[in-house]
Formats: sequence, structure tokens, C-alpha cells
Amino acid sequence: MGTRHDSQGRPLPLVNATTKPHFDAARERRFAMQRCPRDGFFFYPRSRCPTCLGADWSWQTASGRGVVHSFTIDRAGHVPALARLAPYVVAIVELDEGPRCTARLVDCDVERVHVGMRVEATYEDVEGGTVVHFRPETAR
Amino acid sequence: MGKQHAAVVGLAEWRPERVWPRPMFSLEACAELAALALADAGVDKREVDGLCLGGIYESPMFAPSAAAEYLGIRANFAEVVDLGGATPAGMLWRAAAAIEVGACETVLVLCPSVIPPRPDGAKRGKLDFPIYLGGDAWGSPQGAFEIPEGLVAATPSYAMVAQRYMARYGLREETLAKIAVDERYNAQFNPDAIFYGKPITVEDVMRSRRVCDPLKLLEIVMPCFGGGALLVTTAERARRARHRPVFVAGFGEHLTHKSITYAPDLLDNPIRVAAERAFRMAGVDRKGVDVVLPYDCFTITVLVTLENAGFCGKGEGERFVSEHSLRWDGDFPLNTHGGQLGAGQPGLAGGLGHLTEAVRQVQGRAGGRQLKKCDVAYANGTGGMMAEQVAVILQGA
Repeated sequence: MGTRHDSQGRPLPLVNATTKPHFDAARERRFAMQRCPRDGFFFYPRSRCPTCLGADWSWQTASGRGVVHSFTIDRAGHVPALARLAPYVVAIVELDEGPRCTARLVDCDVERVHVGMRVEATYEDVEGGTVVHFRPETAR
Repeated sequence: MGKQHAAVVGLAEWRPERVWPRPMFSLEACAELAALALADAGVDKREVDGLCLGGIYESPMFAPSAAAEYLGIRANFAEVVDLGGATPAGMLWRAAAAIEVGACETVLVLCPSVIPPRPDGAKRGKLDFPIYLGGDAWGSPQGAFEIPEGLVAATPSYAMVAQRYMARYGLREETLAKIAVDERYNAQFNPDAIFYGKPITVEDVMRSRRVCDPLKLLEIVMPCFGGGALLVTTAERARRARHRPVFVAGFGEHLTHKSITYAPDLLDNPIRVAAERAFRMAGVDRKGVDVVLPYDCFTITVLVTLENAGFCGKGEGERFVSEHSLRWDGDFPLNTHGGQLGAGQPGLAGGLGHLTEAVRQVQGRAGGRQLKKCDVAYANGTGGMMAEQVAVILQGA
């Protein structure tokens, strides 16, 4: 399955060869993203560029910064392990490099999140890996 | 005039139930629904030579042939359609197109959504809902990047469409609530609706539990069970059928993304392209539509669909919904059966309800909610996360 669950039942990524460089970089606190020489950055990791289907992309360390394109305060959680974290914010983040990435917004007052808010990647080590969330941007 | 090659001539629809009282296999449901639709149309089973179906749990592979065999149909056209909530609308235009090109003559569209009996014979009224919607499959991008981050089921995705709308255009939550209230009003005239006998007010919606801001419980469909079917045939055969033929006058389908994250634009939805194609094909303009039946998994789905399908301009949805009555007896009759918000969402058959209601209204069979004049209906389906969208224009002969 593409999702595994930790001992508490929390859903976590099951990494494959295509996505591994992203998660390996996350362990080193870097936001790695593929870049096509013609069409620029794309996300999520793919075998080929979704614009030209070229395979001559390279992995790059991106800024990991962006703006909240939209969000919701999830008060339900939908599965028990997520319900324990509720209320939490799920946000679609528009990365400064262009692509979008959806993740939880942590270390924030959920009631003060807004569209257009600047955010940056933050990393959480979990059982057997590292996951990427976002948090309000700190000073550069 | 739009296309007049294929017409709906019969339908079947079970009353949605929160707890399904009659455990049965999907194929058994198909057989019963097929018998009902054929009887409704007055068409003999031997005339059927096409099948469009989904949700055949007893045959995860080879479902079309499994159904042909079970129902005893010699099919010249048979396929499974996999477009989420847009599946029934996708089935309808595929059936019509297959008939138009001469691939077949009479197609059964079958949408079972029942609970099978348990192998141990124990009673079971509910089914384990696949909360990840298959997104946890090995290799699935959702499984690796979104489910672990809480983008689970459909509500957070649609909530983010609503939040984006609020930031872009401004939107009072009461306006979204009014959509649920008007649809619930319509459900009071549909004895088969889940919420028949249970009208609500804007205050009820506003006070209901916040699930994913800004969406509240009464803005979210009630998942339930049921099933339905349509019978589609040639214009020539339709003229000899029992009911007024309802032509599939135009249709359009468009999809670009699976996850809402990667929607090219959260507010410029695929239905814009699908509806434009459908209206152009049908040679009908928006003002010529007598009843509008948009897919309504959430209130926000209706608002953005009204804009994208061209019933009002972008950003005008709030004013449009506030200024018009969406009641069946109002000035802009919308989801006159109560929609899924009022009648329930019986799985795959939820999106069929918009089509059966369109057919009933055009055929003059909508009972206590029958429109005085109804010759042209617009209906659409929305699958996944504002992803797969299909529009159809139905026109009475």
C-alpha cells in the first residue's frame, strides 16, 4: 500500500524508489523537488515531467517556502489516529518554485491561519522515516 | 435542436436507506433494477444489447461480462465506468453515443449500491467505508503525500474549495447554508428522500457541527444505500415506448486532476468545459433550461457548479443563490428531488438521482413536485475532488 500505519494507527507514507529522494532529503531537513530543464519544478515525484514527459529532470533542493493557497481546519480527523490530532489545519501550499503541495500546518494557532499566509517546511521524524509539514514562516 | 439519436425511456430507483434492509449481491441488485426499468419502459429484455455499469463487487474484474451472463443479455456494447459521482452521467452519454454510432440499440445503465450478505449469515446493515477512497494503494501519490497529512475522504478537499472561494470573492456561510435549506425544502415533496418530513432552517445549518471549516454537518451529504437504473434506446424505438422519450440532447465530460491539490484552479472547475460542450451540442442556452440538477455532495459544490456551468458569472454565486429561490416551486428550480443533500447519497446511485429526476420532470412523473413546464433539463455529475465532471442536457420529444 502507498500508506502504512505506525503502531498508533497513524497513516504514514510508504516510500518507493520514485519518492525516496524526497523523503531521504526530508530526513536531512531539505525540501527536495524534481526540476525539468524545460518546464521547471514539478511535485509530487514522478518518473517523467508532467508537462513534456521528458525524463531528463534532476533533483534539486527547493526553498521549502510558499503561501497558503487554501486550507481547512479539520475538526473531525476521519480516522481515529488523525482524530486524536484534531483540530488541525490541512493546507494547500503554493511553493515559491510554483508547484503545490498539501500538508498539515503545524506550530500555529489554527484560528489565525489565512489564505496568503507565508509558510515554510518543517520536518517530523516518525517511525521509520520523516514527514514534511508546514509552519508559519520564520524570519529568513 | 440538439441530438435526437438516443433517448431515456425508462427508469428504476430504490428509496435510499441509511441501513440497507435487504442484503443482496450487486448482480442480484442489477437483475432487480433491470427488471424494474424494463417494466417501467414497457421494453422486452431481449431488446437490450448494451450495458453500462459499475459497483459489481462480485466481479472486480470482467464485470461487464459477469453482468451480461447473470442477466442473460447478448451485449454489443458493455463497459464499466469509473468517474466517481460523475459515473451515472458518464454512463448515460456513453450509452447515447454508442447508440448514435450504431454500436448497439438499447442500453441498460445500472447503478447498484447495496450491501451483500455476509458469508457467515450474520446480519449486517452497514458496510466498511473505504475512508481513503483507494488513495492508499501502493504507489499512489495520495498515499505517500496527502493521506499521512490528513487529506482524507472528501470533506477537507471541498472545504478548501470553499475557503479559497471565500478568500477570492467573499462568501457568507449563510449563503452556503441556504443551498442546503432549499434542497431540504424540495425533499419535503419527495416521499423517498432520506430527509422527508425533516425540513431545516439556515440557523439549523449554522448551528450544526463544524466538520472542516467552513463546512458544517448539514452541508455534507448523508451516505446511504440504494440503487437505480436507466433504459436508453434509439429515437425510433423510443417513439413506441410508454413514456415521453427524453433525448440525450447534449453532453460534455472533462477532467484534469485527481487530488484537489493539483486542480489547475480550485474555482475554475472541469464542469465549465463539460457544460459548455454540452450546451453547444444541445443548441440550448442557459435560459432555455427548465430544471437544473447539479451534483451536490456539499453545498459549495452547487455554488461553484452554478458559476462554472454558466448559470451565473464567476464570483456571482453568492448573489445568485441569495436572490433566487432554489425550491421546486421557486424561480430557479434546482435539485427538485431534494438532491443528495436532501434525498441522500446512495453510493453510485447518488449521482443517478439527478438523472432520474430530470427524466421524471420531463416525463411529467414528478408527483407533488412536478414543474408546470419542463422540456429541458440540465444535470451534471461530479466525481472525486471536483475532479471528474460530466454535464448532460436532456430534452423531451
